[in-house]
Amino acid sequence: MTDNVPAGDLMVKAEGIHKFFGRLHVLRGIDLEVTSGEVMCVIGPSGSGKSTFLRCVNHLEKIDSGRLWVDGHLVGYRQRGEKLYELREREVAAQRQDIGMVFQRFNLFPHMTALENVMEAPVQVRGEPKAAVRERAMSLLDQVGLSDKMAGYPSQLSGGQQQRVAIARALAMEPKLMLFDEPTSALDPELVGDVLDVMRQLALGGMTMVVVTHEMGFAREVGDSLVFMDEGAVVEQGHPREVLADPRHRRTQDFLSKVL
Amino acid sequence: MTQTDTVEPVRPETIRAVPVRHPGRWVSGAIVLVLAAMLVHMLFTNPNLDWGTFRQYFFQGGILRGLVATLELTVIAMAMGIVGGVVLALMRLSANPMLSSAAWLYIWFFRGTPVLVQLIFWFNIKALIGDVSIGVPFGQTFITWDVNSLVTTFIAAILGLGLNEAAYMSEIVRAGILSVDEGQTEASQALGMRRLKIMRRVVLPQAMRVIIPPTGNETISMLKTTSLASTVAFTELLKAGEDIFNANYKTIPLLIVVSVWYIIITSILSVGQYYLERRYGRGSSRALPPTPLQRLRRNLTTFHVKPQTVLERS
Repeated sequence: MTDNVPAGDLMVKAEGIHKFFGRLHVLRGIDLEVTSGEVMCVIGPSGSGKSTFLRCVNHLEKIDSGRLWVDGHLVGYRQRGEKLYELREREVAAQRQDIGMVFQRFNLFPHMTALENVMEAPVQVRGEPKAAVRERAMSLLDQVGLSDKMAGYPSQLSGGQQQRVAIARALAMEPKLMLFDEPTSALDPELVGDVLDVMRQLALGGMTMVVVTHEMGFAREVGDSLVFMDEGAVVEQGHPREVLADPRHRRTQDFLSKVL
Repeated sequence: MTQTDTVEPVRPETIRAVPVRHPGRWVSGAIVLVLAAMLVHMLFTNPNLDWGTFRQYFFQGGILRGLVATLELTVIAMAMGIVGGVVLALMRLSANPMLSSAAWLYIWFFRGTPVLVQLIFWFNIKALIGDVSIGVPFGQTFITWDVNSLVTTFIAAILGLGLNEAAYMSEIVRAGILSVDEGQTEASQALGMRRLKIMRRVVLPQAMRVIIPPTGNETISMLKTTSLASTVAFTELLKAGEDIFNANYKTIPLLIVVSVWYIIITSILSVGQYYLERRYGRGSSRALPPTPLQRLRRNLTTFHVKPQTVLERS
């Protein structure tokens, strides 16, 4: 138990993760592995714990039992012998710098322009020189197709544009892992495509991604693996095409018959 | 919005109907006009108003020094209130139960007693604490001062007004901080930002939009509350006026001098508040509201008013 730090090409390793909200048992023993460069899509009915699991990966939620590693480091804790020590806020913040996260409701900083949103973390957290960051931020916004919206405030952008700014903001920290928490669920249907395109490009570029989504098409085309969660547990896991075409479990079949 | 304006569409016929009459409006309007005329008549004809004295004292040295003292008191007490308010608000929101209950107790005490009582209390502090010393708590002392030499009337006024204001400001700041969406903090955390930085860079700037309007009200209110300091023998604007009318018995003209000065400063503060709100409104709406000057210019240059069309999401 003490020395089984996962091998190098494992980006995320979760072992027996449990999480309670008060008396509500949200995660009931999650075991998952995400290798470097893998795109894992997580699907499941609402309340199945998929978002909660994602939030545990960058320690926005504390796990109550089990072990979780990102890039070989225990998330939120340090282990010496048999004992676990909570990390200090500074150390947790340092871990999070390598993990990008995109939220369902974008959570852009409304008092900053698109460009300032993307520049904020590299300048404020890593203390990089503004000029260099500006350059990188501009090219990131260009990559997500928003080179003409850099001076716009979030309230002046559509939902799809905001979400693409949010992706650029996360990428500005040059993360090793990107977490997407239902990134297209709050978007008008005609805006979903642009965001998925950006994510597809990112996947093609080799980024390791964990994507909680309801976009089965995206999961089928882009995903390397698909996880179906229900009631806080992983019910079924496999290659997206196989799981989507030929689900083994009753609950997966039920769920897919409702959404497909 | 623009392309449809160029070609005038065929408009359907407008309804022409006799509007509803409002006799009540005419009656009430007439009453107000008569009352206003009576007031103006009184202002010009009542000898007790004595506009000559008003003119004589409006820019008099004592009055102006009182005005400066009032402004100093307002600025310093408000600064103390804002800084203290932010600290108290952060304490109340802190996870440390000692800090949050200490802040709660402070607010409870200072909001629970009248500010006039607090002012008189600070003025008489000598009766409670004889000397102030620096040293080891409960132990040896190094330096000692006499309290009366430390707490002058000016300091007493500042302490009374500033400490009281901090209690009110802390509630305003706290409401502002709580108004910022939780998602903002989460997004900042996910980027690797730490608590203080999140507060300074993300939460407080957004809280400002909620904090500024009531703070403007507090400042205007503070300007007028400083007049209470006249009761502890501090010579601010009201006391300066009082000193003069106690000597020459021209009470009403001098009270008007003082009132007009208060109104002038209040008006200036209101304008400042408008621009400050505008600055911190950045990003909250699609377009900033026009300044009064811009609005005036636009009203003068456009001759017919078009109904404002709703901007569509692009």
